[in-house]
Amino acid sequence: MIFLTTGTQLPFDRLVEALDRWAEVNKECPVFGQIGPGSYKPRHFTFTQWLSPSEYAEHFSKARIVVSHVGMGTIISGLEAGKPLVLMPRLASLGEHRNDHQLGSAEKFSHHASIDIVQDHAALCEKLSIRRQQLESSGVESVSLETSPQLIEKIQQFIEGS
Amino acid sequence: MINQQKKILMISSSGGHWVQMNRLMPAMENYEVHMACTEKSYREVAKGQHFYHVLDASQTSKLRLIVQALMVLMVLIRVKPDVVLTTGAAPGFFALLFAKKMGAKTIWLDSIANVHELSLAGKKARKYADVFLTQWPHLASDSGPEYCGTVI
Repeated sequence: MIFLTTGTQLPFDRLVEALDRWAEVNKECPVFGQIGPGSYKPRHFTFTQWLSPSEYAEHFSKARIVVSHVGMGTIISGLEAGKPLVLMPRLASLGEHRNDHQLGSAEKFSHHASIDIVQDHAALCEKLSIRRQQLESSGVESVSLETSPQLIEKIQQFIEGS
Repeated sequence: MINQQKKILMISSSGGHWVQMNRLMPAMENYEVHMACTEKSYREVAKGQHFYHVLDASQTSKLRLIVQALMVLMVLIRVKPDVVLTTGAAPGFFALLFAKKMGAKTIWLDSIANVHELSLAGKKARKYADVFLTQWPHLASDSGPEYCGTVI
């Protein structure tokens, strides 16, 4: 199953439509989408605007591939859960976000073996097809992420001294 | 303990900001933690902590920003924290602005999503932050922000 999540704050019609077009020709693969406040309504997969944290966690854990924007919530959850992530950066020039920080995040996190960055429908189709083939032979290893002890210590020392 | 437990207010926007803020919980074991977020339903995951909802807002709606600022102020008045910690964005800015005026100490940890420059809210919050942190070493400088590692 593919789980699409766009976050709840901003619409991301370009990604929703790209995945809808993919789903139209890949009917055998179930897709579920959390699409946020967008105006494009998918015709080829079931969707909801919003999910509670527990519903989100359930869809995330069931998914074999997660399709999303380049949001840190998705990246952190995906790396920890060992889910392949196919991510499209939101562009400020298209009104998809207030600035282009998702391009920066994309650049920094694209080296992870489980993360694909795609810019359009064609790249999305290509990466989804490769990931699906890979999943038939092997999964993706989860990554153990740890908050820097130095950061924890800095915060604790500041609180103690305050 | 002789001293009363310190009160910490952790406040952020939803999504990645919230996920990153929660990864700082290991620093909070000895304190009374209050959490606030723009997503109401996070109450169910704010495990055993006091939770407050504030309106979601961004620079695109001034009216919503004003309402959000007032809601943040109400949370601060109610909690009376010793320290306010945020990962951004807009609610974190307002929390630090009001917290300084109320005499609380403040920590801004800029989201790891901001790779090439600090977040807009972070730049504005800088003067109200006692501790001003980035998660990218190349964004750190002697005059701040400081780099002390990451949440991942």
